[in-house]
Amino acid sequence: MPPAYCLMPIMFTFVRTLFRNLSRKPATRTYPFTQREPFANFRGHLTIDPAVCIYCGICAKRCPANALVVAKSPKSWTLDPYKCILCSYCVEACPKKCMTMRPEHQRKDA
Amino acid sequence: MTRQTIIPFGPQHPVLPEPIQLKLVLEDKKVVGAIPSIGYIHRGLEKLAQQKDYIQSIFLIERICGICSFLHSMAYCQGIEEMMNVEVPPRANNLRIIWAEMHRIHSHLLWMGLLADSFGFESLFMEIWRCRETVLDIMEETAGGRVMLGVCTVGGVRRDIPPELIKKVLATCDELQAHFDHFIPSILNDYSVKQRTVGVGVLTKEVALERGVVGPVARASGVVMDHRVAKYGAYANFDVEPQIEQDGDCYARSKVRVRELYQSLDLVRQSVATLPEGEFNIPVKGNPDGEVISRVEQPRGEVLYYLRGNGSKFLDRMRVRTPTFANLPGLLAMIPGCELSDVPVIILSIDPCISCTER
Repeated sequence: MPPAYCLMPIMFTFVRTLFRNLSRKPATRTYPFTQREPFANFRGHLTIDPAVCIYCGICAKRCPANALVVAKSPKSWTLDPYKCILCSYCVEACPKKCMTMRPEHQRKDA
Repeated sequence: MTRQTIIPFGPQHPVLPEPIQLKLVLEDKKVVGAIPSIGYIHRGLEKLAQQKDYIQSIFLIERICGICSFLHSMAYCQGIEEMMNVEVPPRANNLRIIWAEMHRIHSHLLWMGLLADSFGFESLFMEIWRCRETVLDIMEETAGGRVMLGVCTVGGVRRDIPPELIKKVLATCDELQAHFDHFIPSILNDYSVKQRTVGVGVLTKEVALERGVVGPVARASGVVMDHRVAKYGAYANFDVEPQIEQDGDCYARSKVRVRELYQSLDLVRQSVATLPEGEFNIPVKGNPDGEVISRVEQPRGEVLYYLRGNGSKFLDRMRVRTPTFANLPGLLAMIPGCELSDVPVIILSIDPCISCTER
């Protein structure tokens, strides 16, 4: 153990830290009751506007995780959210720009 | 002769974030040898990368490591660009450095927290990880992901950082510096931390060179080795001085990483200050052909990518030599002679990333 006089500066640091922590808000949030606003650029989940989509299938070809399946007849666009890695490569590839990456996480009830 | 006992350390152990097993040979409480066994999380990513086209592979390669993901994609993209003779726009180069150095900061902070946790300093661990959230937040705001940024691509980057976010990046740098000044004296000067790190797991310069260790482990043993000095990408515009220590123990490795935190902050600031205007991405045509070796300095050391293209959009071969793979022989030289209770600290002092190593 160091001699007692060496502990004095440590004690002062502790007291300072104690007062600072008392006057500060906690660093954590009570998630899910309190949620932070998502950042505008965040890649949260993928959505599609089916009215604009031409079902060309380019997004499915580009998808690195094979999460998209597109069929021309009957017209269908299916996303497997468990395979999707949220890279937004499909959004960039889409010729009609019908897909968007929303900044918030996908909710189970949505 | 003292009786020898072999005890397994890992693959599941409280201090190990990832599975690796070391069979420790003990004489009483002293460790006299260690036999490693890896292979618990091999995912076959190199083979899978050959089945995806070279652009899709970027997203896959980013997932080789969950900590220094951006630097993996950067190394890969640099290799493909060299093969295809693509000149990356200067703005993209600077943006890459901003994200790369942020990744270094968050990786070193993660390691520092885990080290504090490994010797039972829980409050320091929480303090450091709270600081790490600041870096993750700014990466999320600028790139769209906390760790998997997904911004690096062949021919530049996929996103620009607009001027209002650039200001925020600089403000974050100041905030981080204040955080560092607050908790770093606890790591470098604290009596209990020094007790657990000074003189523990010594790796001499000769052994470091012989075993071919890289990154902060090599630099802490006095080996001047930092690939950023080779001035790849936008590092050509900056002077990076390798942070060297001579002692080669856990404390020296901590000191090297602490100084690299400040150095990375400085590089982010310099990169922002010299950020050129213009495009950040150029369209790339054709397919990679030929073979190339690409090297990038990651937080743990130098990563080496071997890429061989055949003129089609699929690569013939991709091979990765990760820094932890190079540091494992060094680790085996550090362990003999230490106490059993020091083993977790020594293992963490090389900052092991087993997912990278096994891919």
